[in-house]
Amino acid sequence: MLTVNRYKCCYCGACVGVCPAAALELVETWLEVSADCKECGICTKICPVGALEVRA
Amino acid sequence: MSMKCDVVVVGAGPGGSMTAKTAAAAGLKVVMLEKRQEIGDPVRCAEGVGKRVFCQMVKPEPDWIATEVKGARIYAPDGSSIVMSEDKGGSEVGYVLERKVFDRGLAMEAARAGAKVLVKTRALGLRMKDGVPCGVSALRIGEPLQIEAPLIIGADGVESKVGRWAGIDTTLPLKDIEICAQFLVSDPKIDDQYTEFFLGNTIAPAGYAWSFPKGEKLANVGLGILGSRSKPGEATRLLCAFMKSHFPNGKVVEMVVGGDPCSGPIESTTADGVMLVGDAARQTDPLTGGGILNAMQAGIIAGEVAAKALAAGDLSKAGLKEYEDRWRADIGRHQARSYEFKEFFVKLSDKDLNQLIGSLSKEDISKMDLRGMLRVLFKLNPKLLWELRHLVV
Repeated sequence: MLTVNRYKCCYCGACVGVCPAAALELVETWLEVSADCKECGICTKICPVGALEVRA
Repeated sequence: MSMKCDVVVVGAGPGGSMTAKTAAAAGLKVVMLEKRQEIGDPVRCAEGVGKRVFCQMVKPEPDWIATEVKGARIYAPDGSSIVMSEDKGGSEVGYVLERKVFDRGLAMEAARAGAKVLVKTRALGLRMKDGVPCGVSALRIGEPLQIEAPLIIGADGVESKVGRWAGIDTTLPLKDIEICAQFLVSDPKIDDQYTEFFLGNTIAPAGYAWSFPKGEKLANVGLGILGSRSKPGEATRLLCAFMKSHFPNGKVVEMVVGGDPCSGPIESTTADGVMLVGDAARQTDPLTGGGILNAMQAGIIAGEVAAKALAAGDLSKAGLKEYEDRWRADIGRHQARSYEFKEFFVKLSDKDLNQLIGSLSKEDISKMDLRGMLRVLFKLNPKLLWELRHLVV
């Protein structure tokens, strides 16, 4: 599953813009991951602070 | 709760506020939603705008502007540099804004023109009637709010959802997004009069680093890298390395990160009852990453077209075609050109970049803008830039 390290996340929304499944939503400072997430890992690659990780 | 209006604008950045202001001034009933509780904060931007175009669109309040710069200095990977001046042409950077104050100020102008501004109000989705959008469902300070409106403007930034809800795929491929990190830095080394750009694949792969002064030895020091060259946390890691090599004694007093679309014009920015504006419409310049002015210009066009289309009673995609036509003729054309430059420049090695900057060392480009400089570059390096010949002549 896709995990968000809330201590690292700077809530910039870049991940939301690249998500092909539209599974991410930025609610002010809170990144929400919906059930539509395919765990493709695209967002993890571009996160400027490395807050996202796909874990088995 | 529910309310009714002519236009709902989702997002109160410069694009949204200009749309709301223009539409409200034309007599429309406008509601502008901002999901954050504070407009303009946190910032995700290096805050530079061209002075001339900016002042054509708004009369800036003094506190919107952090500083005014003279020109731009560009550093090659080998450290040699050239200067482009703002005095005559350079429309890229003239003012460095204080976005937190500017964004709120612009929203206030929209409010003064008659728009209703709702903060801490997040759009959750489009309301549909007979397959056509007829408003938005929102959450206002945690409470449901239904807004009925025949026209919805998506000015909801890089993380835009409005377009996707309306069936427009705005997903950015990794090669079409710059991933940025920036510190607000205090350092006696900062040049208060010039914006500085640092090129190099070690500094910022397929991007660049910058220093945009904000007055009194303070500057936005940041960098952007192409998404396809990124890995987890890379932007911030590279920025820390850049600070060490270029501003080792800099004091960091703020941190900013963000994604900047560099896709060039996307296929569609309208749907029945929907127009996209600014970063949501991917209207940023793919080469420089600048997006404020394009968003404001597109906002003005969207506001004007909204008034016309409502008066004509046709808010279908066909009825909103004037918006597509007008922004593409101006912003879109520049974007398409910049995109080709970007696609070429991201492939250059440090050796190529050194050659290009080096070739300008004996030229007087001090009065030129970016486009003029590219023309000279082509003249001096025809072999290296051969692929771009159709853009230069």
